[in-house]
Amino acid sequence: MGIWQAFRMAVKSIFSNKVRSFLTMLGVIIGVAAVITAVAFAQGSTKQITDRISQLGTELIQVNIFGRNTNRDLTWETLSEFASDNADVIAAVAPQVTGNMTVKAGRNSLSTTIRGTTYDYSVINSQGVSEGRYILDIDSDLRQKVAVIGSRIKDKLFENENPIGKTIKVGEQIFTVVGILEELEDGAENTKDDQIIIPVSTAQRITRNSAIRNYSFLATSPENVKEAMERISEFLTDVYGNENMFRVTNSAQMLDTLNSVTETMMTVLGGIAAISLLVGGIGIMNIMLVSVTERTREIGIRKAVGAKRRNILTQFLIEALLITGLGGAFGLIIGCTAIWGIGKAGLVPAVYSPLWMALSFGISLLVGVIFGMFPANKASKLDPIMALRHE
Amino acid sequence: MIKTEALSKHYHIGDTIVKALDNVTLHIPAHSFVSIVGPSGSGKSTLMNLLGCLDTPTSGRYLLDGMEVSNMSDNQLAEIRNRKIGFVFQGFNLVPKLTALENVELPLIYSGVSKKERRSLAAEALEKVGLTDRSSHLPSELSGGQQQRVAIARALVTRPPIILADEPTGNLDSHSGRDILKLFQKLHEMGNTIVLITHDEYIAGQAQRIIRILDGQIVDDVEVG
Ligand SMILES: Nc1ncnc2c1ncn2[C@@H]1O[C@H](COP(=O)(O)OP(=O)(O)O)[C@@H](O)[C@H]1O
Ligand SMILES: [Mg+2]
Repeated sequence: MGIWQAFRMAVKSIFSNKVRSFLTMLGVIIGVAAVITAVAFAQGSTKQITDRISQLGTELIQVNIFGRNTNRDLTWETLSEFASDNADVIAAVAPQVTGNMTVKAGRNSLSTTIRGTTYDYSVINSQGVSEGRYILDIDSDLRQKVAVIGSRIKDKLFENENPIGKTIKVGEQIFTVVGILEELEDGAENTKDDQIIIPVSTAQRITRNSAIRNYSFLATSPENVKEAMERISEFLTDVYGNENMFRVTNSAQMLDTLNSVTETMMTVLGGIAAISLLVGGIGIMNIMLVSVTERTREIGIRKAVGAKRRNILTQFLIEALLITGLGGAFGLIIGCTAIWGIGKAGLVPAVYSPLWMALSFGISLLVGVIFGMFPANKASKLDPIMALRHE
Repeated sequence: MIKTEALSKHYHIGDTIVKALDNVTLHIPAHSFVSIVGPSGSGKSTLMNLLGCLDTPTSGRYLLDGMEVSNMSDNQLAEIRNRKIGFVFQGFNLVPKLTALENVELPLIYSGVSKKERRSLAAEALEKVGLTDRSSHLPSELSGGQQQRVAIARALVTRPPIILADEPTGNLDSHSGRDILKLFQKLHEMGNTIVLITHDEYIAGQAQRIIRILDGQIVDDVEVG
């Protein structure tokens, strides 16, 4: 008897008892569907965050200062000096003072991000101007009320007019528009296109924020990021006397953390998957044992007409494999549909992982072999006379 | 050709030994039609199971076509059952989920015959028992007599030299019983060796030879005129 024949018999047996076969598969179906959906969810949200972080640039180092009166100890001048002393690893540094304010021009108004910084911010962030000029260090020194506006601001406040040379009202202050930022994100809300850049000294005054709490550093190369971060930390520890007053972060480092979180999440998912498939496997073994008992007489008949042990073994094993294989396939279909649905609903991007699909399908087949073995072996060892006498 | 020498089958139940078959020495030449009669529990089925290689003896020898069978492996016994022996049971023993034709095909699956050839051989066997028009029926859709005819078709589909029947008419009314008996006579005429177990004296009388068995021992062995 060939494998193909055993396969045909298994198909027949499974289809002659559809409801039971389906219920037997259910454990595997749910297991596989749950695993691949959960993995896709994890990978999708990781991808979403990763994409955002890598947009920030891997050479970018962010420094946040905590506590009050921070600028009593650290002035912009000392920090610039530190940066130029370490020009081998630090390419640029820019302070940032940000706030949300209402901006008006004529009858139009909108609320946007006001960012006080210096010229180097355009280098660090790779966003220059498409028209006019960027703010210059001299603007900051002289506390000039000049502004560089994002493309969204231009569209909302000035429509088709050329805004350069025109004035806008930020809070209660009048600013002159000197430039328009390069459009990077289609002029969408809450993006780099939805902000106004002004000199840092001016921003400190109008946001009533005397302290500068955020600095962006640009490392000279990705390889120098680590060294730059170490030197910055050392410098700030010297300034503040302890390490709890500031935080130095980098997007690559954040990615590392994120990846390790994802890895942990995957391990947990893998564990849950293993348990659910184990439960599914026990269910299959249980039903197969019932089936062997029910079909004892059939086994006896088959043996009487010449079936060998291995024929019976193959028959039941293939049946178990087919049940878990079909269950796995249904699970994949349901899982992929769920992933597609999640992607469509815009929760997280749909990520189909062939590796995890193959893995969960393979494990379900393995479960079939392992948990089908015991009942199949039991069936193959039945004494034909006893089996034929079975009621 | 069947030959046994002091064939015994003993069962140990607690402290007692049940001698289901005790020192049976028997010779059944090829092409003969033998009936074995005896009361219930006398050891008829035990003897048939041994002759049919479904069971192994406690002691003694069994030679089938000159081959020593008593100490063969499970696999070898399965092969002999497949090639040399056709069984017919009192309870028909058809697989309920398979059609008449598929039931008849069953032994051929295990002798590695191709699907196409299986179909035609099974159809041929069903024709011999007069059930061509019932090929696609399930056992539950057939009468007792028809089911037993399907079982006979299954027994003869591999063209085994020996057909063993254990009370094949036991579950049938006398009319169907007679039909089955006629089939066995026909098979005998075609050259098969038939061993028919029964406790019906009339049916036993239709064989060439009657062996009487009691408490696991042969008590009488006569040729019928
Ligand atoms: N598996 C077994 N275990 C114990 N005793 C058995 C077994 N099979 C048969 N016997 C005993 O052997 C004797 C012969 O049984 P059997 O061959 O079935 O008789 P018959 O077919 O003539 O009615 C009986 O007494 C029966 O109880
Ligand atoms: Mg009996």
